[in-house]
Amino acid sequence: MRNASPMSLPGSALPVQGPATTPPPLPRLASAYRTLEHGLDMAFGAAANPLKHLGALGFMLLWLLVASGSILFIVLDTSAAGAYQSIAALADVPWMLGTALRGVHRYAADAFVVVMGMHILREWLLGRYRHWRRAIWWTGVPLVGLAFVSAVGGFWLNWDRLGQYSVVATADWLDALPILGASLARNFLGDVSLSDRLFTLFIFIHIGMPLLMVFGLWFHIQRIALAKVFPPRPLAWGTFLTLLLLALLLPVHSQGPADLRSQPTALALDWWLLFIHPLVDATSPTTVWVLLGLAFALLALPPLWPGRAREAVAVVYPEHCSGCSRCFDDCPYSAITMVPHPNAKPGMRLAQVNSDLCASCGICAGSCPSSTPFRSAEQLVTGIDMPQWPVNDLRTQLIQSLHAMPGPERFVVFGCAQGIHSQLQAPDVLHFKLVCAGALPPSFVEYALRHGADGVLINGCREGGCEYRLGQRWTAQRLTGEREPHLRRSVPQDRWQVAWTDSGDEHRLAAALDDMRQRSRTATQSVSEESH
Amino acid sequence: MKRALNWTGQALLYGGFAVALGVFSRWPVYHPLPEDMAQIKVSFIHHGARVAECRPYTAEEQAKMPPNMRKAEKCERERSPVSIEVDIDGKTVLAHTSPPSGLSRDGASTLYQRLNVSAGQHQIAVRFKDNQKSEQFTSQIDETVTLKPAQVLVIDYSTDKGGIVLQ
Repeated sequence: MRNASPMSLPGSALPVQGPATTPPPLPRLASAYRTLEHGLDMAFGAAANPLKHLGALGFMLLWLLVASGSILFIVLDTSAAGAYQSIAALADVPWMLGTALRGVHRYAADAFVVVMGMHILREWLLGRYRHWRRAIWWTGVPLVGLAFVSAVGGFWLNWDRLGQYSVVATADWLDALPILGASLARNFLGDVSLSDRLFTLFIFIHIGMPLLMVFGLWFHIQRIALAKVFPPRPLAWGTFLTLLLLALLLPVHSQGPADLRSQPTALALDWWLLFIHPLVDATSPTTVWVLLGLAFALLALPPLWPGRAREAVAVVYPEHCSGCSRCFDDCPYSAITMVPHPNAKPGMRLAQVNSDLCASCGICAGSCPSSTPFRSAEQLVTGIDMPQWPVNDLRTQLIQSLHAMPGPERFVVFGCAQGIHSQLQAPDVLHFKLVCAGALPPSFVEYALRHGADGVLINGCREGGCEYRLGQRWTAQRLTGEREPHLRRSVPQDRWQVAWTDSGDEHRLAAALDDMRQRSRTATQSVSEESH
Repeated sequence: MKRALNWTGQALLYGGFAVALGVFSRWPVYHPLPEDMAQIKVSFIHHGARVAECRPYTAEEQAKMPPNMRKAEKCERERSPVSIEVDIDGKTVLAHTSPPSGLSRDGASTLYQRLNVSAGQHQIAVRFKDNQKSEQFTSQIDETVTLKPAQVLVIDYSTDKGGIVLQ
């Protein structure tokens, strides 16, 4: 159920308004997936968790396929008569180099479809297909088809019994389409040896499709700023070594040269990539076309499914925008462009928000140097802000609520509404929930401390799990001074801390708060002892 | 200790992933055709006879045509469907009529059909008709063949080779 009621401040009569809406709790399946992710966090660490880098892993596997495939293409005899022998000869290359090359190419293809499937499942479970993500989702759908066409075509180039079965089965299946004038399967009748021209078509399919895929991937990630096309190094090495080891322990062998005068009777089938052939055999070509159409229709459907209304998008206030382009740098969805400032001062620029791309995360407001609460203006107007949770409201409510708290201890939690959904209920805690931790201008930490807070806890999603991709990363970097705007070094480090938590990590957030209380009391005690 | 556990966890997960990839990239073994079976592929691509006979243009029709377009005969484009019947050991296993392709029904008729049969000796009779006006089959053949396990026998029609071909 969605909790749209205003947050209640413990120990304060002042009702604090959070963002206009808070996200609904994760559905059960999504919650189960998060639990699985958290399990892998323990083994890999949150930053290198493979389940959080499925897109980047897919890219890496594609690069691996391109690299290994390029070498295989060099050794491949591109004639129907010579292809089999040229690939089979790889087994004779010393040091098992040929075996490794061939195995890595095959297993990387298998891994690619597994990773692609998991990537789709993850984004679907976490509901990441609506609004600004709609185009990203839809541009991914045809890539699934291209991946399988390319992968299946790879088996034909080897021109062994498996390739023969696959190509005949594919031709037979395509013949069920009413658009073809003549039967494709006639090209593979018993006494006919495959023509080199037809074999060239196989090569085009296996090489042309990945080229189309790279082009499609460019569309797929075009609306994502700083898209990761390579996973963290430990994960990349781990994956590569796993594939290499697998290639050496379970070498990929040819299954005898193709012979169209006989039908293969037993095949070590690659079920990850070729499952569609047995499916056609078990049903009918038409049935599988219908199933395939339904599968792609279902895949394209989620963005059209009714869901939460879109939040208000970021608004630029030209008179307060200096054109520094920090919001442009930090926006996770490339929703901001810099245009000439209407004040016509030479070289002066202005941020402009593309409302179609804006995720309403507020990371831009957190990046704006004008968002500092130390400005003397009574009404704090910043360069770029979120209408549903403006920085002026945050400043006003922070001051009023801190003053209204009974004390003696006062702690402020600037939290992310996407991770921990529950509200911290304690008389000494003022819990602000922002759309994303990245929406917090770091100077608010110092501001809260100067206005009576004993400690400030900044809470966002676990590393690599930010709902808005970069919010957690930018927040951590701003607080440690690696990114502008940064928290001043003069702010005592023992009076603020971070807690990166997801839904289900409530105990960790509570523990972080207890830790902060303890540190504050120890600090107060030592100051008291020194004064005596 | 925690580091060792992390490494162990990672090794198990990478290992599990590798096992899943390795196993299902070759197992279970698939049998597209049972070992004691053979396959007969019945296929042809053939233009049926013209539905209407060619006839000379009348003088009136010739006069209406531009001089450079005038020719002696007028031939309708539509082709006859092509029929084929296959009997194996006296039993009809395929009786099919393929319509001509194309919007004007002037293209070739095609067929590609697979039939799985047990390996061994079979009496195969094929009847072929490319003119539906004809009462008789245009071409027919009756042969005894011995099929080895997994062998593919193609039944085709080729005008160049004199009609029905078993290969």
